[in-house]
Amino acid sequence: MNDNLLSFEDALEKFDPALGLEVHVELNTASKMFCGCPTEFGAEPNTQVCPTCLGLPGSMPVVNRRAVESAVRIGLALNCEIAEWCRFARKNYFYPDMPKNFQTSQYDEPIAFDGWTEVEVVTDDGSETFRVEIERAHMEEDTGKSLHVGTSGRIHGATHSLVDYNRAGIPLIEIVTKPVLGTRDQAPLVARAYVAQLRELLLGLGVSDVRMEQGSLRCDVNLSLAPAGSGILGTRTETKNVNSLRSVERAVRYEVQRHAAVLESGSKVLQETRHWHEDTGITTSGREKSDAEDYRYFPEPDLVPVAPSRDWVEQLRSDLPEPPREKRARLQADWGFSDLEMRDTVGAGAVVLVERTIEAGASPQAARKWWLGELARRAREDGTELTDLSVTPDDVARVQALVDEGQLNDKLARQVFDGLLAGEGSVDEIVAARGLAIVSDDSALGAAVDNAIAANPDVADKIRGGKVAAAGALIGAVMKEMRGQADAGRVRELILEKLT
Amino acid sequence: MSVTRRTAAELSESLASGETTSVEITRAHLDRIGEIDETVHAFLHVDEEGALAQAAAADARRAAGKTASPLDGVPVAVKDVMATEGLPTTCGSRILEGWIPPYDATVVARLRAAGLPILGKTNMDEFAMGSSTEHSAYGTTRNPWDLERIPGGSGGGSSASVAAYEAPLAVGTDTGGSIRQPGALTGTVGVKPTYGGVSRYGLVALANSLDQAGPVTRTVLDAALLHEVIGGHDPRDSTSIDQPLPDLVGAASEGASGDLTGVRIGVVKELGGEGYQDGVLTRFRESVDLMVDAGAEVVEVSCPHFVHALATYYLILPAEASSNLARFDAMRYGLRVLPEGIEAPSAEEVMRATRDAGFGEEVKRRIILGTYALSSGYYDAYYGQAQKVRTLVSRDFDAAFERADVLVSPTAPTTAFKVGEKVDDPLAMYLNDLATIPANLSGVPGISIPSGLAEEDDLPTGVQILAPALADDRVYRVGAALETLLLKQWGGPLLDRNHGLDAVEGAA
Repeated sequence: MNDNLLSFEDALEKFDPALGLEVHVELNTASKMFCGCPTEFGAEPNTQVCPTCLGLPGSMPVVNRRAVESAVRIGLALNCEIAEWCRFARKNYFYPDMPKNFQTSQYDEPIAFDGWTEVEVVTDDGSETFRVEIERAHMEEDTGKSLHVGTSGRIHGATHSLVDYNRAGIPLIEIVTKPVLGTRDQAPLVARAYVAQLRELLLGLGVSDVRMEQGSLRCDVNLSLAPAGSGILGTRTETKNVNSLRSVERAVRYEVQRHAAVLESGSKVLQETRHWHEDTGITTSGREKSDAEDYRYFPEPDLVPVAPSRDWVEQLRSDLPEPPREKRARLQADWGFSDLEMRDTVGAGAVVLVERTIEAGASPQAARKWWLGELARRAREDGTELTDLSVTPDDVARVQALVDEGQLNDKLARQVFDGLLAGEGSVDEIVAARGLAIVSDDSALGAAVDNAIAANPDVADKIRGGKVAAAGALIGAVMKEMRGQADAGRVRELILEKLT
Repeated sequence: MSVTRRTAAELSESLASGETTSVEITRAHLDRIGEIDETVHAFLHVDEEGALAQAAAADARRAAGKTASPLDGVPVAVKDVMATEGLPTTCGSRILEGWIPPYDATVVARLRAAGLPILGKTNMDEFAMGSSTEHSAYGTTRNPWDLERIPGGSGGGSSASVAAYEAPLAVGTDTGGSIRQPGALTGTVGVKPTYGGVSRYGLVALANSLDQAGPVTRTVLDAALLHEVIGGHDPRDSTSIDQPLPDLVGAASEGASGDLTGVRIGVVKELGGEGYQDGVLTRFRESVDLMVDAGAEVVEVSCPHFVHALATYYLILPAEASSNLARFDAMRYGLRVLPEGIEAPSAEEVMRATRDAGFGEEVKRRIILGTYALSSGYYDAYYGQAQKVRTLVSRDFDAAFERADVLVSPTAPTTAFKVGEKVDDPLAMYLNDLATIPANLSGVPGISIPSGLAEEDDLPTGVQILAPALADDRVYRVGAALETLLLKQWGGPLLDRNHGLDAVEGAA
């Protein structure tokens, strides 16, 4: 079924959008929220489990102090109040990937609440800053993961389902914004910029890997429209699992257009959950929210309240890293980037990547060149984000070091990135396995030079005759024979030695 | 005297003196189980091989000059609500049929570490919901005093096993009286420790904020010895109290002198009178008189909110239980029932069919009650209100303990009733726990000790002694004193007057 859509421009002329974002962040604690099981991604299914995270009869939870610390730090970084006393609550519903058939979460007593952050959107005439109010950030545990076996990969039409409980009990922080108003036509960009900035902030705090493709940051987008200038809030939809920055932007844009078409036709927007389809870029109806599930929340009786002492909170506050915006200004000065260069870096969500690459030894310009050039192109081609590429800042710094040492040139470096993206191993392993190192060994080069001279006697004669510029043609022939892996400078020297 | 008639303290002494071995003691109890348990049905599972192996290990330790604890080598029975690695754990429910836990409850791990051979798992009302063991999916345990009667519940199996000399010691759990009420009905001793005093890790939760494991024995001293083995802080249970246990064995020994000079005994006005059987009240008054004669001072205290305790309990318990029992969904362990007439049932349909077949009527009743009490729009009126009353009950205790060192009442309003008499009348069944529930609501410790036989039916009655939270030593001191006074009056243990098993013993 195809939805009717109004053009984005027409939609924004008639309606004001209100955004709301719910972001689930998996913390990178060594152990789970309520037990000692490891949290490593990608382990064999059901190997990182124990009686507690499997919800076996009789098992009991114990709160992971490091997860509470991360929650408090996230709250502080988002300018939230930190609760003096708060409890966990049980959210009761049945689902096979939830071992206890309730999720231990927080309900009316979140650990952090009433915060804000400011995000910057790049516009045609400079930039615009929007304030996003944070309603709450609370702690909870992740569920297991269902795998529906069958042709579609969805529950309908599956022959059977498998459940992996390794993820069950991984600590999650859910960060919920208040309705973000007044974004107008910038709504898609504001949503994207908020998630990008949140990711940067979480990376800076070191509390999460924030890899959207691995699900360690998951985003639900709430959107409603109200008649332009009315100042009211319309009926909202909640679009689930919008799991890339690009999709956040697209999903907001799509829902704006869809809502506008519904409202224009005189119908009402249905309050419901929508599913986002990355491949087609559309949302489809999920379950209706009108018969909203009753989760029968009540305080978790197996846990004592969490009461972060004020001294501890202040200690954590004083140890917070620099906020992203201040940090960006400082980094721009340190790196000597122009305004345009910095804006592009921020826009690509590459600030932390560039920073880490520089920390690993590359020059600022080299780091920027790779991330915003070659790697940004690869990410676009794959429809993914820079941070989701399987190339790390350390990899980029290593490649650049090899270029600086003369062992790689830019063309070979791109082949190294091919290898990294294909998961062929480390930079050095790929260079060795693919035989990519530049050859500057005279005996190997000498033979190729001799061949080139023999094959191009007229060019050789020109050089002998003093037209040194003609050497370029011979260098090209040598490079071709050496499949690009020759040290061009040394080849030139050898040609001139032999012919002059 | 037969080995099985001895108390745990006596068995400990005979092991220490080398007069007997743990294997002999354990064998004797296994034989006793073999002789009478077909009739009593206290056990759901007997682990003969495991118990004898642990007994042999205890003997080997002792031969090498080492012991793991004062009770090393003394066997114990464990209520089937506790996870036991390698041993079936059913909680008296069909839905857990065949489940063998991969881990030990902390209580069980401590029993093993202290060298107590585990004889087996004892019968109980399904998921500890009931006061008679009639709600066990595996048949009713019989009261050793009268096989036509119930032994109390939910821990009727543990109490009956101790009363019938099948085990010298047992552990139970007490959510609203499930250790103390069966104690009273079988003429045995039962202790509900301070909430948080004994780890709940590995106890299949009925109502997490009320559950507490404790000893089931024939004497107060034995209870103190067992309590010291299973009690104390456990990092796996966040609600466990992080401080050392009081000296319980010392308190029991001190109390055994029978002297109560200067002890203030508070008689709770609301726990007596209407609804209490005459014979129960007569024995209770006698106990109070004995304590006065021994130097205690008696005051009457009023706890006005106790009249709401039962109603409060029946909101909090089902609410927590409805959530706890959600995990039994056929997906990972236990029973799985495929619905009839459905070709390829969904997970949801399998869950529904399994829970329909696997849970008994009482469990379903409480799941429905609890689900309702937590529902949106009803939460404040039911669960929220119940939590407020709970606070008021605790304040009543606080006020009462300003005037008295311990509070006393009959443990249960009646003696053991006939099998089938109340099983179809849930409200009548719930009233059995009238006197025991307030302690669970506020977390204070309590003991039930035998107070004699009711004149009208010659069945055991019990007296309950409650102390402030963390003052578990007080219930042992006063309990041991009253026990001494009563034994002097009776001229021997109350259980010596039980002839309910004579026919079975003769037949064997």
